[in-house]
Amino acid sequence: MIDVVVLFFLLGLFARLAKSDLRLPEAVYEILSIYLLLAIGLKGGIELSKHGLVDLLPQVLAIMALGFAIPILLFPALRLLRFSQPDSASLAAHYGSVSVVTFAVATALLDRQGVAYESHAALWVAVMEAPALIAGILLARIGRLKDVRWGELGHEVLFGKSVLLLSGGLAIGAIAGVEGSKPIAAVFIDPFRGVLALFLLELGLVAGARLREIGSFGPRLVLIGLLFPLILACFGAAVGLALGLSVGGITLLATLAGSASYIAAPTAMRMAVPEANAALSISASLGISFPFNVIVGIPLYLALARWLGGDAA
Amino acid sequence: MTLPKHPRTLLVIITEAALEKSLARDVRRLGAQGYTVYDVRGAGHSGTREGSWEADRSIEMKVICEAAIADQIAEHVLEHYGAHFGLTMFFAEVNVLRPSKY
Repeated sequence: MIDVVVLFFLLGLFARLAKSDLRLPEAVYEILSIYLLLAIGLKGGIELSKHGLVDLLPQVLAIMALGFAIPILLFPALRLLRFSQPDSASLAAHYGSVSVVTFAVATALLDRQGVAYESHAALWVAVMEAPALIAGILLARIGRLKDVRWGELGHEVLFGKSVLLLSGGLAIGAIAGVEGSKPIAAVFIDPFRGVLALFLLELGLVAGARLREIGSFGPRLVLIGLLFPLILACFGAAVGLALGLSVGGITLLATLAGSASYIAAPTAMRMAVPEANAALSISASLGISFPFNVIVGIPLYLALARWLGGDAA
Repeated sequence: MTLPKHPRTLLVIITEAALEKSLARDVRRLGAQGYTVYDVRGAGHSGTREGSWEADRSIEMKVICEAAIADQIAEHVLEHYGAHFGLTMFFAEVNVLRPSKY
């Protein structure tokens, strides 16, 4: 059965396509996204307090390398499909970067099905974002690296809302630990699924608006919007298997690799590669790949992880 | 009795929210003493921008300054952002009461 949070997404999508006047206030969107980023970070951080960070270092480095490698792999394929250099670089960065909400939906599915996963997985989300954005900027600026304002971009990437809140949540969780986090559990841990459902309603509305624009970009955008997640998820699953992750962990890493960013990447790319068509990347990421992953992709990635085996966690 | 008024130029820049930081820095550097920013939504050559999430936000920046400075700012903005960002700019003649502020 389809997960209940995904039904909220479908409701938002339907409302948009039916031209309903439903609109969440911007402040609500803002609060929900801050909540989700902090809550995901906290949950990972609390688990992290049980492990040593040093033990996880090789894994974290491998996952950062995965984030960096994805845009470099996608870029030639996009150029072959006759996207311009800036557009190819921007699309590649969006797909190398990750979607936190797609990750949250995947954890919801794993929880419901009782599949265990590495409890510090939020750390993977936090470290995959920046390398992909840097790779995307490098690809867009091949031969003209002098033009890039690295200081400003570094600030944007490292202190942008999503990375800051995720890492901040991780740090707070790791410092406070299980006991210390108890007083805030009633806000940050228990209502998580309900808030996620509400956020997905809003994302359904936003994705619905992009969906209507896709026609103007032609079939090749639909092609990459559907194929990239599948190919990248296989790639992510392979890395997860090599790292000896559990079935749940492989599913999450496949989901992260197959997901595309719509918060950090659009902002960073807009500043670093302004000549890229922003609507193109967002339509692919939010209009096609996000709905695909949430509705069809994640269950597929779980099936793939089960087929591959993985360490029994 | 009429209040003494002084002519100044109001420059209005409507563009993508991603540019807010850069614009704020640019207008101060080019000689404006202040600015005001609003969150807005609308549609135009760059499509519909509803402002419901990060990459979809737009701003309207108002700058009141000497006519020559307004021209410099507008020229700079057109040159640096005109080609790749959704951008609308216009001028209006306004009267202010305290000229040293603008």
